[in-house]
Amino acid sequence: MIERYVEIASTYGGNIDALILLIAALVGFWLVLCEVVFIGFIIKFREKPGVRGQYITGEEKHQKRWIAIPHYLVLVCDIVIIVFAVNIWYTVKQDLPEPDVTVRIIGQQWAWSFVHPGTDGLLDTEDDIKMVDELHVEKDKVYHFKLEARDVMHSFSVPVFRLKQDAVPGRIITGWFEATKLGSFDIQCAEICGIGHGMMAAKIFIESPEEHQKWVALNDPTEDSKHTSTVAANNAAAN
Amino acid sequence: MSDSHDHHESHGFMSYAFSTDHKVIGMQYMFTGMAMALIGGFFAYAFRMQLAFPGMDVPLYGIVSSAEYNSLVTNHGTIMIFWVAMPVLIAAFGNFLIPLMIGCDDMVFPRLNRLSYQIFLLSAIVLISSFFVEGGGFGGAWTSYPPLSAKAEYNLTPLGSSLWLLAVALEFVAFLLGGINFITTVMNARAPGMTMDDIPMVIWMIVLASILFMASVGPLIAGAVMLFFDQQLGTAFFDPDRGGDPVLWQHLFWFFGHPEVYVVLLPAMGITADVMCVFARKKLFAYRTVLYTAIGTGVLSFFVWAHHQFISGIDPRMANLFTVTTLLISIPIAEMCFVYIATLYGGSIRLTTPMLWALAFLGEFMIGGVTGIFLGASGSDIYLHDSYFVLAHFHYTFFPIAIIGVFAGITFWYPKMFGKMMNETMGKIHFWGTVIPFNCIFIPLFLLGIGGQHRRIYNYEHFPELAGKSMQDMRVFATVSLCIMLIFQFVFLYNFFASLLKGKEAGKNPWKSNTLEWTTESPPPHGNWKELPNCYRGPYEYSVEGREEDYWPQNIPDDEPAGGAA
Repeated sequence: MIERYVEIASTYGGNIDALILLIAALVGFWLVLCEVVFIGFIIKFREKPGVRGQYITGEEKHQKRWIAIPHYLVLVCDIVIIVFAVNIWYTVKQDLPEPDVTVRIIGQQWAWSFVHPGTDGLLDTEDDIKMVDELHVEKDKVYHFKLEARDVMHSFSVPVFRLKQDAVPGRIITGWFEATKLGSFDIQCAEICGIGHGMMAAKIFIESPEEHQKWVALNDPTEDSKHTSTVAANNAAAN
Repeated sequence: MSDSHDHHESHGFMSYAFSTDHKVIGMQYMFTGMAMALIGGFFAYAFRMQLAFPGMDVPLYGIVSSAEYNSLVTNHGTIMIFWVAMPVLIAAFGNFLIPLMIGCDDMVFPRLNRLSYQIFLLSAIVLISSFFVEGGGFGGAWTSYPPLSAKAEYNLTPLGSSLWLLAVALEFVAFLLGGINFITTVMNARAPGMTMDDIPMVIWMIVLASILFMASVGPLIAGAVMLFFDQQLGTAFFDPDRGGDPVLWQHLFWFFGHPEVYVVLLPAMGITADVMCVFARKKLFAYRTVLYTAIGTGVLSFFVWAHHQFISGIDPRMANLFTVTTLLISIPIAEMCFVYIATLYGGSIRLTTPMLWALAFLGEFMIGGVTGIFLGASGSDIYLHDSYFVLAHFHYTFFPIAIIGVFAGITFWYPKMFGKMMNETMGKIHFWGTVIPFNCIFIPLFLLGIGGQHRRIYNYEHFPELAGKSMQDMRVFATVSLCIMLIFQFVFLYNFFASLLKGKEAGKNPWKSNTLEWTTESPPPHGNWKELPNCYRGPYEYSVEGREEDYWPQNIPDDEPAGGAA
């Protein structure tokens, strides 16, 4: 259903959509049932000449049944939803698989910075590739991200992944994703962060291994300008 | 209780402005709330126009900059919750109805009541003044998360953010004073014979709402003081660089913020119960069940707050706990809806304007209720959090509460408040002109949210996935619907004021209702009754078998002949 509007490009995106559909089916049933009965009663019990209302207290057992039974059924639906919701939450947020690659994501007013490991595959080494508003990842690899914020709250949101995580100043929050579809997609900041909040857009580029290697080689900061290698110069070159 | 009786003959502005009569104070709350609703509605118009037609010179407003956009959405939310829903639903109806419905001459603390309104008025003035100071009004969302709200270098509103906070804190003080008064009055000043089971549901709900408010607001007031110190004195309660924790604010805010939802919901539920019983000529189905589910909802509402923070950096294990509590709260609320529907069964339903509003409240609120499940379930909240789905969901709860519920109450008690009937035809035009556009505004916003549209963005052109034509068309549709809805509000305003002048005389009890407020003059005199009423039965004895009339007012003794009028 949601895929028609927003593509799915992560391993767990489909699970989240399925959960949304499950909830839609369960609550949709209750909503339609209630509205039909509700509107039906309004039509059926409109004032008619000579017909008085009935005196029903609702305190007797056989009357209370009409409330009690649906209320247990609602409880059952709730339990079903809780089980599926917690299960998916556990997959996305709690049970992080071993990473193939780790990237650092930094939110600040009003841009995203992404630190990619360079050719050595490790963060915080000389060959890290820093990019503003561009995240380059390889398809079918498990990524961990270390999410930070420099100034205020931001929220790293990738709709095609169905992923969202707030970035909190003073903390490093780890999360994961595995991309399943090639292409470039929107990254949003989903938490209000000041007057530039509406412009805090970035892009994620999901690449095949060959494309990604080419990109890494092209942007390797240790290759072209070793003696003047500074972050600023590299960022300027990359952009 | 009646220290002001001696000067109730005097008229003029001063005696009005300093009156301790609960009805006068209730009216003052109502008119202030309505005036603030106009401001809040105008803000919604301005930012919706910007969303539909980015960069447009909005008629009556001008060009909306991104800073102004943030300030408009922030203050729209703040105003509608704190300066419209609360003053009208709790303070206006609470003040007007409590003494009249429990059969006493005034609140037990009339001067505290007066002070409460004055502080409230001051808070509204402080809030409005914050729009005009240097840097403009605060634009960090009504949730005011630090560090954005704490530091002027981040929010760029050095004065606006502090004035906003001060206004909110003052408003809390006003409602604490009011709440003490409401609870004490209902517990101590009921008419002789009125047991706990004879209290009309709307009064119970206002009392429960006051208790919830008083129990939840303390931590937030402490938080507001800390945030104010962070802003103005440079303390570091929420500053991570100097040992503070910004997420702490979120806990304090939502510990209050979630019960607050029920603080405004319960009075609207109460109004609906009373209006529905009168116009369905039915006894409320399972009175005690309604009461217990309301209490159950209130208690549970203290254990769900972190569902607003699933992805905010709290320990992910905590989300599981809060998913359970959040989904459980659907049970008492669903039960309440079932009870209300059951009340209609076997009724003799009259679709007057107040009844239409009451029914619309229930019909629309159910949509708001069920869409909350998507957000309370942690797994699906990961995607839907901070999207327009959230926005549409809570407007489907708050709009029925603060607008539909309020209109149900105003149109129902208008005859008692002013002694005149409102025009029914205009009332129905206003009803359909509000409810249909309301759905046309928010159904597209649900779809936009599912399409990944995130909140508080003044222009979606920076997000290619959200900038497509079909999504923009939905934004335009919602905005046009909003404009139509706003235009129809003038029908209400005209009806409201024209009926004051030329409405039909209402008489004591135009709706043939049972509760005590309908046994006195319309409008009630100072002191409410010449002789205070006694109470002999519950409030919902409609269509009792063996009686000539289909209603049985609470003040008529059992041995009086059947059909005796009040």
